[in-house]
Amino acid sequence: MRLVVNPKPRRLLKKGMELLFLLCAMASILAVVLICLFLFANGIPAMKEIGLGSFLLGRDWSPSNVPPSFGIFPMILGSIYVTGGAVLVGVPVGILTAIFLARFCPKAPYQVLKPAVELLAGIPSVVYGFFGLVVIVPLVRKLLGGTGSSILTASILLGVMILPTVIGVSESALRAVPDSYYEGALALGATHERAVFFAVLPAAKSGILAGVVLGIGRAIGETMAVVMVAGNQARMPAGILKGIRTLTANIVIEMGYAADLHREALIATGVVLFAFILLINAAFSALKRRMH
Amino acid sequence: MPEKIRAINKTSTLQKAKNYLRQPLSLSLFLLVSLAALLTVAVLFFIIVYILIKGVPYLTPSLFELAYTTENVSLFPAIINTVYMTLGSLLIAAPLGIFTAVYLVEYAKRGNRAVALIRLTSETLSGIPSIVYGLFGLLLFVTALHWGFSMLAGMFTLAIMILPLIMRTTEEALKAVPDAYREASFGLGAGKLRTVFRVVLPSAVPGILAGIILAIGRIVGETAALIYTAGTVAKIPGTPMESGRTLAIHMYALSSEGLHTDQAYATAVVLLVTVLLINMLSAVIAKRLTKGQT
Repeated sequence: MRLVVNPKPRRLLKKGMELLFLLCAMASILAVVLICLFLFANGIPAMKEIGLGSFLLGRDWSPSNVPPSFGIFPMILGSIYVTGGAVLVGVPVGILTAIFLARFCPKAPYQVLKPAVELLAGIPSVVYGFFGLVVIVPLVRKLLGGTGSSILTASILLGVMILPTVIGVSESALRAVPDSYYEGALALGATHERAVFFAVLPAAKSGILAGVVLGIGRAIGETMAVVMVAGNQARMPAGILKGIRTLTANIVIEMGYAADLHREALIATGVVLFAFILLINAAFSALKRRMH
Repeated sequence: MPEKIRAINKTSTLQKAKNYLRQPLSLSLFLLVSLAALLTVAVLFFIIVYILIKGVPYLTPSLFELAYTTENVSLFPAIINTVYMTLGSLLIAAPLGIFTAVYLVEYAKRGNRAVALIRLTSETLSGIPSIVYGLFGLLLFVTALHWGFSMLAGMFTLAIMILPLIMRTTEEALKAVPDAYREASFGLGAGKLRTVFRVVLPSAVPGILAGIILAIGRIVGETAALIYTAGTVAKIPGTPMESGRTLAIHMYALSSEGLHTDQAYATAVVLLVTVLLINMLSAVIAKRLTKGQT
């Protein structure tokens, strides 16, 4: 006896599954739309009520005063300072390490170094923050004075945290440079180092820049580690050894008890952060496209 | 006796050193990159060793008691909650991510507009910082859907967060399956669906698994996205609608309270070792995958 399968339900299943795959694929689009919708719908009214100018450029953040004042300019500056510091600390070391990994490292040490860099990316940000709190903060306090919770401390910690991002992207950019560049330089009499630094490195420029931009995105969005070491005073930056509050820290610290306009102002802070990130992402995609 | 072949372009270490002395710029560049690499590795080892040395002595049995009290800040409930949270988030994100990748690789036609849009959104999602996910989870799941601070809200928030990661790794794993497999399957009379489920997906399992394990690592280490979605209650929740703190949040709470620094070190050890093991496991599986192909 032969089994005869009715083709109709089978075709239905086929179509159904295809539809299911398509629907799943729409989930990420839906997620982005929902995120934008909820953030903007809750944040924009607050910006309007406070006034865009006095929200973005106001120098005073004192939500519990009467009348309250919601100026996030100190936090915007805080995020920019700390991120700038992280770039100063992390990018040179990151790019040099990437050069070592891509063009200098023999095979055996590479088997250790590469996983080590990846592990650096795997350490949770609370652990980084805790490490900063118990090691870097006392160190800065002892060597340079002040409380230790400062722009400098946060910059050092974030510099370490963006290392794996910068190294990973830069290394693949360096590896993508055609060998003929390197060989051409050697043939013209350059040493290995000169060939790498003056022929290969300039050719990988936009890829490395993409890595730096991605690192900036990581640094500006980092929350817990910064909250634990930056001091979190909501005031204009007063010096590299003084505390600062970033946009991310502002949200985490006050969201727990905020209500009404205060709460909406915090969500608006999230909107500003989101706008920063979208800009950085766009820059990253543009750079990546130029690389190919 | 045949003469030994000597490579004429090989330089001895002595010769190399002499060359470097003649080229001070090259020497300093070489030292610079070596130092940078050394520094990177030194920082990693310093962090890990420091946390281990400070934390391991405080890994007492009382730290793993069933209940959390203010005197004994047991991390056991937090561990259970972390497992709970991980399973829940994966249950939501893994099917979505894998099916999206199946659609992108197996079904979507070249130059499809939807594909470009999905790629763009997934890139956007992977760049969004976790605090923004936390805010979004608070606005949608906790407030608008009235779930309150709950494990469920945390799971959905994290699921969205790890979705792009699972999507990307699965997509790469599916692309790595040779077309010959698909052609052979079609040649034997299998339909598209059967080919996907019986041939393509099984041979992509190691790659998908490596991505999922990486996602587990992110869930275990996540704090900012969970504080205002899953909340910080230090006990094992009875239902998914109750709040519960994961290990990473437990760690943050301990270190910001500042009363139990030693226990915070011990918690850091557990967290660090878990996450490092997870990352290594993922790397091993991914490596086996690339080995299998050659």
